[in-house]
Amino acid sequence: MSAVAHVEDHGHDDHGHHHKETFITKYIFSQDHKMIAKQYLITGLIMGFIGIAMSLLFRMQLAWPGESFWLFETFLGKWAPDGVMDADVYLALITIHGTIMVFFVLTAGLSGTFSNLLIPLQIGARDMASGFLNMLSYWMFFTSSVIMVISLFVEAGPAAAGWTIYPPLSALPMAQPGSGMGMTLWLVSMAIFIASSLLGSLNYIVTVLNLRTKGMAMTRLPLTIWAFFVTAVIGVISFPVLLSAALLLIMDRSFGTSFFLSDIFIQGEVLHYQGGSPVLYEHLFWFLGHPEVYIVLLPALGITSEVMSTNARKPIFGYRAMVASILAIAFLSTIVWGHHMFISGMNPFLGSVFTFTTLLIAIPSAVKAFNYITTLWKGNLQLNPGMLFSIGLVSTFITGGLTGIILGDSTLDINVHDTYFVVAHFHLVMGISALYGLFAGVYHWFPKMFEGKMMNKNLGYIHFWVTAVCAYGVFFPMHFVGMAGVPRRYYENTAFPMFDELTNVQVLMTVFALIAGLAQLVFVYNFISSIFYGKKGVQNPWKSNTLEWTAPQEHMHGNWPGAIPEVHRWAYDYSKTYENGEYIIEGQDFVPQHIPLQEGEEEMHH
Amino acid sequence: MTTLLILTVLILVAIAVWQMTKIFELSQLKVDAESVGVATDEDNRTNGYLMFAFLIFIYGITIFSFAKYTKILLPEAASAHGGEYDTLMWISFAIIFFVQTITQALLHYFGYKYRGEKGKKALFYADNDRLELIWTIIPVIVLAGLILWGLYSWTNIMDVNEDDDPLIVELYAQQFNWTARYGGADNVLGDASVRLIDIDNANVLGLDDSDPNGKDDVIVKELHLPVGRKVNFYMRSQDVLHSAYMPHFRAQMNCVPGMITQFSFTPTITTEEMRLNPDVVDKVRRTNAIRAQRAANGEEGVDPWEFDYVLLCNKICGKSHYNMQMRIIVETEEEYNKWMAEQQTFGGSDNVVEEVEADTMMEDKEAMMEKTEMVLEEVVE
Repeated sequence: MSAVAHVEDHGHDDHGHHHKETFITKYIFSQDHKMIAKQYLITGLIMGFIGIAMSLLFRMQLAWPGESFWLFETFLGKWAPDGVMDADVYLALITIHGTIMVFFVLTAGLSGTFSNLLIPLQIGARDMASGFLNMLSYWMFFTSSVIMVISLFVEAGPAAAGWTIYPPLSALPMAQPGSGMGMTLWLVSMAIFIASSLLGSLNYIVTVLNLRTKGMAMTRLPLTIWAFFVTAVIGVISFPVLLSAALLLIMDRSFGTSFFLSDIFIQGEVLHYQGGSPVLYEHLFWFLGHPEVYIVLLPALGITSEVMSTNARKPIFGYRAMVASILAIAFLSTIVWGHHMFISGMNPFLGSVFTFTTLLIAIPSAVKAFNYITTLWKGNLQLNPGMLFSIGLVSTFITGGLTGIILGDSTLDINVHDTYFVVAHFHLVMGISALYGLFAGVYHWFPKMFEGKMMNKNLGYIHFWVTAVCAYGVFFPMHFVGMAGVPRRYYENTAFPMFDELTNVQVLMTVFALIAGLAQLVFVYNFISSIFYGKKGVQNPWKSNTLEWTAPQEHMHGNWPGAIPEVHRWAYDYSKTYENGEYIIEGQDFVPQHIPLQEGEEEMHH
Repeated sequence: MTTLLILTVLILVAIAVWQMTKIFELSQLKVDAESVGVATDEDNRTNGYLMFAFLIFIYGITIFSFAKYTKILLPEAASAHGGEYDTLMWISFAIIFFVQTITQALLHYFGYKYRGEKGKKALFYADNDRLELIWTIIPVIVLAGLILWGLYSWTNIMDVNEDDDPLIVELYAQQFNWTARYGGADNVLGDASVRLIDIDNANVLGLDDSDPNGKDDVIVKELHLPVGRKVNFYMRSQDVLHSAYMPHFRAQMNCVPGMITQFSFTPTITTEEMRLNPDVVDKVRRTNAIRAQRAANGEEGVDPWEFDYVLLCNKICGKSHYNMQMRIIVETEEEYNKWMAEQQTFGGSDNVVEEVEADTMMEDKEAMMEKTEMVLEEVVE
């Protein structure tokens, strides 16, 4: 509460720098949402670097199984004797790659960055409802990242049971070496991560509900804010369930309970566990795990809506339908988790129910895709890097989403479940799409984060086009590998002669992946050099309507000097004209939200 | 070679983009703050064309993948429900590709067609209820059809019942191998529990000695199935989750410690017949060419391959997950019975039940004769 009062205080004074900021309060234990957003972004990008690097290592193993590489020897050390990757560390790599990318990059890195940056700026608030909780949220995220990274260095190796860490594999150290200390650290890290995510989400929800500026009705919120808000709600609903799953697993592992374990004979002895069920764990895990997909994706879609509309110089098509889709997706996302478990041994009738709800979720998704396409129609597209990534997102979202029709159908899932078909599907629909959303956001709001400095657009173009080609190059052929029956999480496919002729495809995919990895270095260079040497642009470089561009380029605590702008219209009055065809503001094809309705102008009924 | 080609193409694309934008940048002498890092008309044009090129790339990689990789897909389904599965799969794919082709075309074509130019006016077009309705209703109808069809098949496939005298088989999973157990002459599996496992006495599946149903159970490391007879699988796991994946039969079910899961299918094509399938013959030829090459390079363990059905583990289960497999042989009833007769029963080593054993063997033989006759009659008809 005190933080709220504190923030409101600022509304009355003129924002003289009345409290002295030390290096520590400004850059480290900052309570300012803009600084916290940058902290999230940079931590997320570093984790992303680790996660993507891991994927390149195991992709090399898949393309050239059993081959010796000095890279392996350098990075994996004792787990790559003579430069040949060990089977245990292969599983560890895919596990940590999945965990890092899903949670640390695409949940915290994406949602954490842009919710923090944009919620206060776009709704017209001085800061988050609680700056302190916000800071706490970041530092817990940081702690969990550090623990996750430390777990890479434990004696027996990091967690290696797949990112879903299904027990009993994850519960029994005798089942695999990674289920010892590595798994303990994984669980501890995730428990802290969940707490961090909850603190963050609660803060976002309260801020959106309570701190909107005058005139900013919910129906005038930019779609970014709708997406962040609903994402936070889904997070609050589903993350606690993952916490309970993690806690019960910790108890099974360390205190001898039998929540998830029963009837186990391993390494010559019968264990005492009796009466638990791994299927229960699967239910608990996917109760978060599926909404998690949308926690990752919705912010990306929100960013796309905003970036696309701004750069198309057109209002987003079907604002109300977009909001309704977000809400429908949020609701349905919490009742479809069972489609990950069609063949887990649960009652087939449940499978029928989950098929039904799963295919329902395709409807709002389809509506969103069509609305994006219509937004481009008859636009005046400014193909900035952010815009390209937004269009790229729609493309991969469609390609990846369509194969969901197959996986969501319990019958068809039988033969492609847990094959590379699944890997291809979810990488396109949530991995690549969400990453594109992240990149779109970084290119678009970089000037907002770094005091007006712009990223180099040419490097941005190279980054986008190489990434876009390679993403399809990796994941399109992968569908065929899956349909040929190749299971995921196989260290090598040489044990089955029927997969011999697929090695060529694996090589093709790996080459594309390596090039894609290199292309990300272009981004890293562009990002870092622009922070220090980026050319300063104007206050509103993209000629955007939303409130953040009315704030001065120089960061200040409280965002706006003087009064907070009042909102008079929705965020999408691009290219709006009077009946005679003249722009509302002469010579300018956009009308920012804080501009009052002009004489003779009709407000859209959206 | 492909690698080199792709690399070259990508590098050329990158250089092209870089140069085009660079030239334009240099041709502009004055760079004012307004245009720093913001797309110019030239950028819009370049990227608009690239949008169009990218659409062609997407179609290209689709056609390439279909042309080149269709042959690597699984051969014709070897189970009774597999045909329906494949039909539903291809219909879903037809729908997917129809939608994919159109939406990608619109998306990228619009990206190209409506690329920005100074002074061009975008259309203020915010809403259209009719359009929204159209693209809500169409997916609803299409998906409703798919859901109904899918659920109908699902209910049929997952209905594991004892009608039509199914063969009862247990699939037993452990790190990192499979074991199969047949119900034996009585076609009933004896009770078992991991708590009864006694490795010293060769009771690796934990069969209950006191259950008479278990005495005639047959435990094997290679799964033999008679063609045309329904098989009910009951899956167990002794340690971690595994998944019994039989891709050629479009069949899969997880094996869960602490519970018995089930799946059922009727094999319809024998291994011998499948080996003569033209697709399989081609695949074997291609594969053996690769293997011969590898053998010539001094690699070991790459003998020529003969097609076999296979049971794979498809749930991450530890270090050797990638090599947890069992051969499946589908054969005629006759061959199956002959093979079965050669197997030892669980009680086989136990003298007390030997008599019973002999009796059931006799009954077994009679039943076998009867069945062979029936099959012969069918063939004649």
